Amino acid sequence: MALKKNRRSPLAAIIVMAAGLALTGGGYAAATAAVEAVKPVTAAATAEQVTEGKKLFLANCASCHGKNAEGTKAAPSLIGVGAASVEFQVATGRMPGQASGPQLEKKKVQFTTEQIEQLSAFVATLGEGPAIPTDAMVAPNGDSTRGGELFRINCAMCHNAVGAGGALTEGKYAPALKGVSERHIYEAMVTGPQNMPVFNDANLTPQDKKDIITYLKYVEETPSVGGYELANLGPVVEGLFTWVFVLGFIIAITIWLGAKSN
Amino acid sequence: MSNAVATPKKGGFLAGTANYLDERVGVAGILKEFGRKVFPDHWSFMLGEVALYSFLVILLSGTFLTFFFQPSMEFVIYDGVYGPLKGAEMSIAYASTLDISFEVRGGLLMRQVHHWSALLFVAAAGLHMLRVFFTGAFRKPREINWLVGFVLFVLGMAGGFTGYSLPDDLLSGNGLRIIDGMIKGIPVIGAYGSSLLFGGEFPGETIVARLYGLHILLVPALILIFIVIHLFMVVIHKHTHYSGPGRKDTNVVGYPLMPVYVAKAGGFFFIVFGVIMLIAATFTINPVWNYGGYDPSPVSAGTQPDWYIGWLDGALRLAPTHLEFVVGGYTWSWNILLPMIVGIGFLIIVALYPFIEAWVTGDKREHHVLDRPRNAPTRTAIGAAGVTFYAVLWAGAATDLIATNFKMSLNQVLTFMQIFLIVGPILAFIIAKRTCLALQRKDRSIALHGRESGRIVRLPHGEYIEVHEPLDEFEQWKLVDFKDYQPTLARPNAAGKITIRARLRAALSRFYFEDRIAPVTQTEIEQAHHHGDHAEIEAK
Repeated sequence: MALKKNRRSPLAAIIVMAAGLALTGGGYAAATAAVEAVKPVTAAATAEQVTEGKKLFLANCASCHGKNAEGTKAAPSLIGVGAASVEFQVATGRMPGQASGPQLEKKKVQFTTEQIEQLSAFVATLGEGPAIPTDAMVAPNGDSTRGGELFRINCAMCHNAVGAGGALTEGKYAPALKGVSERHIYEAMVTGPQNMPVFNDANLTPQDKKDIITYLKYVEETPSVGGYELANLGPVVEGLFTWVFVLGFIIAITIWLGAKSN
Repeated sequence: MSNAVATPKKGGFLAGTANYLDERVGVAGILKEFGRKVFPDHWSFMLGEVALYSFLVILLSGTFLTFFFQPSMEFVIYDGVYGPLKGAEMSIAYASTLDISFEVRGGLLMRQVHHWSALLFVAAAGLHMLRVFFTGAFRKPREINWLVGFVLFVLGMAGGFTGYSLPDDLLSGNGLRIIDGMIKGIPVIGAYGSSLLFGGEFPGETIVARLYGLHILLVPALILIFIVIHLFMVVIHKHTHYSGPGRKDTNVVGYPLMPVYVAKAGGFFFIVFGVIMLIAATFTINPVWNYGGYDPSPVSAGTQPDWYIGWLDGALRLAPTHLEFVVGGYTWSWNILLPMIVGIGFLIIVALYPFIEAWVTGDKREHHVLDRPRNAPTRTAIGAAGVTFYAVLWAGAATDLIATNFKMSLNQVLTFMQIFLIVGPILAFIIAKRTCLALQRKDRSIALHGRESGRIVRLPHGEYIEVHEPLDEFEQWKLVDFKDYQPTLARPNAAGKITIRARLRAALSRFYFEDRIAPVTQTEIEQAHHHGDHAEIEAK
């Protein structure tokens, strides 16, 4: 009997497996729900904006992204990219793209703010995606120390410790962050434009993002305490400067001194 | 009968002091010996001086920094004035660097003076080495002083690197991590070596204190000792001079140390000091507050060493990947070993070059008159190849910045540099050698026929000639006064055998001196003058 008491029921394994599956599946669902829950509220878009946006889309975007934004060989689908993505790409001038290349360049913005709102509103109706953040969400009044730490851990490997930009493979690059608006920094993090990974709200919470923006804006707006910054590109520029200007200046002086007595 | 009592001469305070010192330490003798040392005048002779003066500036500013810097890796929470780090976790070393930058009066200026002068020190020393190389100043009797100077250059790199790593910021920590990786890449002893250096697992808690000891004690002491040896040898050897009328291997033409050079060099020190201060007061260098405290997990884009370590970083970047294999459980990581071998090999060649050239030429004479680079075409070409090799490695450390700033593909920049590292020096060698030979030919023709005056004269019978203006003798001397070598043949030794050594030497000699433009001889000049006179007369 003692033996029998210790024996597991044949159903035990099945129960354990079922419990395990329920736990992971449920956990995943709950986590996803949590991620969904922290998503910014979609700004209310009027039906008119959507209609106008669709017109603009058909006239300016559909040739590459497809009539239903389903994507073609030339450009990805826009279903589910969200309003934030459209706002970022169009309001920084990257879209509509001018020429294919390793990466779309920042250029003169092609649409008015109103048109960009309409376009975003239309694309947002195609599928759920990140919305445009509110001004309060991107205001640089967070914790710059925390932001700096998060920036160094998550962003500096491509964008450089002070956001001076850096090289990626095959002609791609992480652009300099100086002069990029708070909203665009936020949108870039949630949408992961071009080669950038997505930093969703589970990865960097809205507060984290705000802190990062605070740090970047602090660095951008605080004048350099040590004098001219030499583009903040680090030791290479310092070395170049030493050889060309410091040593050049001193050699000019040696020539002057050498010539005097001759 | 002799009067043993010295009669003090009447004089002012100065004379009295001089006499006092002379009777006790023999100042007169020292002054007579050193004060009358003659130094020739040329701007390129001042490059070593620039290095010396920047070293003095480094010593002064560095001493200031030691008053405030704390080389400890103890954990601390920053509570200084710099906003974006307030409350951040960091080491005391980094916190004290931030305090020097923001809270110590004049601290940031001194940090920048220290760093800029360090960059200038190694740069000036490097340029000085190039001057010595290209003018052949390393020839007998100065081979050993070349070695001393070489050691100084390497010590300069060591001093710079140990200092670079002290602030314990993200940038310097990344640099140390690379060194750690290189040490670990050495087969068998790598892991032990790294453990020994860092006192355990990287980054440990001792490395900053250890590097600090090296940086403020051992390395500067060695640099000082070697500078003393270096300068002492300059005094023993006397200074070299460029060729000119009256300048020979047996004399030095120039001005005496006292008073001309003491005044000049003293003034020059203040000029160098002033330039460094000016730069340090206007241009940021190593803004450590931007990088944050060291944390082994983040690696920032644009992480590079200071320029003098750049060529080694470049060697690491340019090494082909996938060169690893495992033997008996030990990984042979050739993408680390190969750059190390290339780097050390390059340094050894630089150090030994004077001995190699002396062996090839077999020249045992003393040389005090410098070569014009064009008059030693193969040496100049070897130098150009070496400079190109170094420069490509150096640029290799900036592949990412080159790619982004010139809008190129990082991969293509890397591949181009890998190829150019081999092809570049060969091209540089050929171009430099041909240029030298062409310049020698030009010199030869100028020495013999004078300069083209641009004056075209028609002779009575209708021929046009251009009148050449003969050089004055001073100018001409500079063009004709050089020695050249002819290739030697491999000769059998006493036993009647031609050894491999002899063959190698003959082959190298051929490589060096096969293409040569013979210096103009006196006979040739006389003949040419004769001919020239005719032309002049006919022209009139």
